[in-house]
Amino acid sequence: MGPTTTLLEPEAKAPGFIVCDGNEAAAWAVALARVEMVAVYPITPQSSLVEYLAKLVADGTLDAEIVDAEGEHSVLSVLQGAALAGARTYTATCGPGLAFMFEPYLRQPGLRLPMVMSIVTRDTLTPQSVWGGHQDAMSVREVGWIQMYCETVQEVLDTVIMGFRVAEDRDVMLPVNVCHDGNYLSFGATRVDLPAQAAVDAFLGTPNINWHAALDPARPMAVDPLTGGAGGPGPRTFVRYRKGHCAGMQNALAVITEAHADWARHTGRQHAPLVERYRMDDAGIAIVTIGSMSGAGKDAVDAARDRGIPVGLVKVKTYRPFPTEAIVGALDGVRAVGVVDRSVSFGWNCGPLYQDVAGALGRAGRQVPSMSFIGGLAGADLTTDHFGGVIERVGQLALDGRSGPTVWINEND
Amino acid sequence: MKRQAYPYFDMANVPDDLCPVAVRPNPMLPGEWRSMKPVVDRAKCVKCAVCWVYCPVQCVVEKPAWFDIDYATCKGCGICAQECPHRAIAMVEEAA
Repeated sequence: MGPTTTLLEPEAKAPGFIVCDGNEAAAWAVALARVEMVAVYPITPQSSLVEYLAKLVADGTLDAEIVDAEGEHSVLSVLQGAALAGARTYTATCGPGLAFMFEPYLRQPGLRLPMVMSIVTRDTLTPQSVWGGHQDAMSVREVGWIQMYCETVQEVLDTVIMGFRVAEDRDVMLPVNVCHDGNYLSFGATRVDLPAQAAVDAFLGTPNINWHAALDPARPMAVDPLTGGAGGPGPRTFVRYRKGHCAGMQNALAVITEAHADWARHTGRQHAPLVERYRMDDAGIAIVTIGSMSGAGKDAVDAARDRGIPVGLVKVKTYRPFPTEAIVGALDGVRAVGVVDRSVSFGWNCGPLYQDVAGALGRAGRQVPSMSFIGGLAGADLTTDHFGGVIERVGQLALDGRSGPTVWINEND
Repeated sequence: MKRQAYPYFDMANVPDDLCPVAVRPNPMLPGEWRSMKPVVDRAKCVKCAVCWVYCPVQCVVEKPAWFDIDYATCKGCGICAQECPHRAIAMVEEAA
């Protein structure tokens, strides 16, 4: 059987393989997960994703309500109502759309409402940019959503489906952002294996959305009443919910790992759930990557290995909750670490992933010379040559024995 | 399915650190925190119903020859006293 190259052909829903880009892969995942309600507002580079969804609903492949809302704030508010009524929900956004969604976005994890939302990552304003970068997703990293970053188009499809399983686990009950790089994954077409509907159904089970909080005349309740303040039971009540939220995040580490293992059992495809170790077994130095750049990073590691440099790569898939132990374990024994970010932490003059890795190593009592590399901003290419330079610089760190200043990779491109 | 408002949602099976929901109505009424209350002078009231129209919480109640106030739900905003064309309503401070 040859690949189905026409976009969204109904017969392609039969298990097999298609050729599609990351946005279409996400839409297929939504159909396979039998999402009951989607609300959408288009924004570059997410637009084609919601257009695919609209087509899947229009041609009857996806039996869902679709709401063409007047903006992202309404998109997520609509879906919160649907989730409180028990529906499995999905949307996708990025960049300024995510910014406009921020108020309901804050509320979603506190309500412990499971859903999956793709962030088709885009660099944020200003300067004006419509191209890829992780700045949008990284800007919301402390809000309490789970965040997973994909490396390939296949991983986009698989992770959107796995996201529902993670989100709806009773020990988690949190919304999940599946992040895929704008332009690189959103528009890069590759061969994608579509799992069988029966396999996805068996993997996901029954939706588990609103057993704890609901808009339901049979179970009247006020959702999200005023909680906290300085008097009475206020402080301890508020703290209790915050601690419960943190516990759910930590529980997610094990649930994500188990979901990935079970996904491999159902489909034969194994993705690293928290962090992936690439040629790390005998590595003396390491680079840490996140998202689609990891492919070029791995090629550069192979090339450096051919030149005799003992370098390995650690790819972060699950970024929130941050897999502290997995990172420290993966970097065990290395003499220098370079962390490559596609975004900026303005307050620290480095990349946010670098901060997290340095923090994890520091708390584990590990003194490892490290350095932050920032590249791929606003759609800039992160090539194997760039990574070759990163590996060289990290090798120098190991010799120097101390950390170095932040490097801006595309500064001269 | 017959819709019913009772019994309330049973929280017994839901962890108390999950999602803030309230399943019991707060019994506190405005009468417990109001600082001023409207008092109707029955001799001046002509039952024109202006107070009844303007009251934002619908606490004005009709009596045989005058309109009166339900002090359980009146929050003491004073709009009725302001609008009464016959100056039949006075705002009086609540006892401390």
